Amino acid sequence: MKFNGKAWKFGADIDTDRIIPARYLNTSDPKELAKHCMEDADPTFASRVQAGDVIVADKNFGCGSSREHAPIAIKASGVACVIAKSFARIFYRNSFNMGLPILECEEAADSTESGDVIEVDMSTGEIVNVTKGKRFKARPIPPFMQELIAAGGLMESIRKKGAV
Amino acid sequence: MKPMTITEKILARHAGAKEVTPGELINAKVDIALGNDITAPIAISEFKRIGAKKVFNRNKVVLVPDHFTPNKDIKSAEQCKVLREFAREQKLTHYYEGGEVGVEHALLPERGVVVPGDLVIGADSHTCTYGALGAFSTGVGSTDLAAAMITGELWFKVPESMKFVFNGRLRKWVSGKDLILHIIGEIGVDGALYRAMEFTGRAIDNLSMDSRLSMCNMAIEAGAKSGIIAPDAATKAYVTKRAERPFKFYASDEDAVYSEIREYDCSQIEPKVACPHLPENTKNVSEVKNISIDQVVIGSCTNGRLEDLEIAAKILRGKKIAKYLRLIIIPATPFIYNEAMKKGWFDIFLKAGAIISPPTCGPCLGGHMGILAAGERALATTNRNFVGRMGDVKSEVYLANPAVAAATAIKGRIAHPDEVTK
Ligand code: SF4
Repeated sequence: MKFNGKAWKFGADIDTDRIIPARYLNTSDPKELAKHCMEDADPTFASRVQAGDVIVADKNFGCGSSREHAPIAIKASGVACVIAKSFARIFYRNSFNMGLPILECEEAADSTESGDVIEVDMSTGEIVNVTKGKRFKARPIPPFMQELIAAGGLMESIRKKGAV
Repeated sequence: MKPMTITEKILARHAGAKEVTPGELINAKVDIALGNDITAPIAISEFKRIGAKKVFNRNKVVLVPDHFTPNKDIKSAEQCKVLREFAREQKLTHYYEGGEVGVEHALLPERGVVVPGDLVIGADSHTCTYGALGAFSTGVGSTDLAAAMITGELWFKVPESMKFVFNGRLRKWVSGKDLILHIIGEIGVDGALYRAMEFTGRAIDNLSMDSRLSMCNMAIEAGAKSGIIAPDAATKAYVTKRAERPFKFYASDEDAVYSEIREYDCSQIEPKVACPHLPENTKNVSEVKNISIDQVVIGSCTNGRLEDLEIAAKILRGKKIAKYLRLIIIPATPFIYNEAMKKGWFDIFLKAGAIISPPTCGPCLGGHMGILAAGERALATTNRNFVGRMGDVKSEVYLANPAVAAATAIKGRIAHPDEVTK
């Protein structure tokens, strides 16, 4: 999996209420949720984000609630990948379970600015900031998580195991 | 056998292993899998999408539509309908709505649905609350819930444990809420990321079950996977009359390994307030007394229990709340509601000028029943003060214990309980 897109930079501790405010959680329709993605962090995000763009954030991205609506909204908005210094635990788990690519990389998070063009190779964890001409290596994804992604997410892996 | 923490022991037992080590990935059996009106609809649609027909055990899948209920609009009514139809079709034992519904994390311990020694997962981040009973309990997403509903199992990474030792006696007006806010203020909102927080020490031994529940409830606010308190005589007294299944007490070995041990002298801890917009922005209440408040909320899975309403009633007795301030009191379950009413606390609340809401999450997540306008400020006994959490993005939420909340409602500004009592 390779991506190439524009970076949207966010700060530390971006919580799930800012990714998708609870006032919109009376639905789980991805298209509806995407309309309000990141609304309380950047109200212009949903209307300006382009398919293939990348969210780059500081530490503890996705802290707060367990709502899967957060990774769903991000994925449905067209974002290809989220890069952060670290992720909150449930957000991390949800992203893998439902197939939103995410990478942890402190250096990339520090040196990226909004608008930079970013290239990501999920299989090697290599991140290139094309605008700044810099290369970074993300923390490797644990083998178990790679298997989950390869199986097509948690539900597919259950189906393949014949548990249904 | 190698020494283990209470968390490791519970996980090992449910994974069918003799021992587990932090960092290890395990598949473990779950005793209870919980969903609510926000998270369960996605889980149910995943369940159906992959062709599942039956939940693994109709006694172990619990659905509680508590967030937007009584249904605030058509969309939320439809979400609840999904849960109701699924509960009916699967003949779930534990489905609560209407006059039976309460805030899930107050309801499940109260009804004995979760018991000590359990492994509980819930598609709600505050599922960590049940650690107060000596269970391993953690929040997951909807897809995880779907997987657990089908197979009765889930994957876990065994967390490292952090130990928090509370020595000494609590000061007046200080509760479990203040202890956990104090910790979060020190270690930050990711200070316990991926780890289990274990609370122990003399002060914890003396803590009521309600206060223990409120402490473990906020472990997630430090980024933790779970919070836990080893069960003792108080736990036994609490669960014996409620438990619907046999339970088992686990305890950490003395030489168990912790990633960090922190000690606190409780006599130094004052009632705390977490200022906008993160639970780690904690101050002593005396440092923030000049801040005017438009709305006070006493309720939620953190502090909507009997002990919380009792202390609010004690402070509000014979008093009036400040003009132009709204005080919303939300007993967390129908049982608590009924008890509070029988004890005469409703009279006190109503005479003081409060609004009493039916059990619901309501304003805690900015759902309904008390949403803030731009520029308004609330002080709430809830657990999160994120941007826009209770309404407009330009509103603010301060977090505190119920005594501070009641005093604040009387004064119309953040107040120490000593200011309104003799
Ligand atoms: S009371 Fe608040 S924190 Fe607790 S479950 Fe409901 S919305 Fe979540």
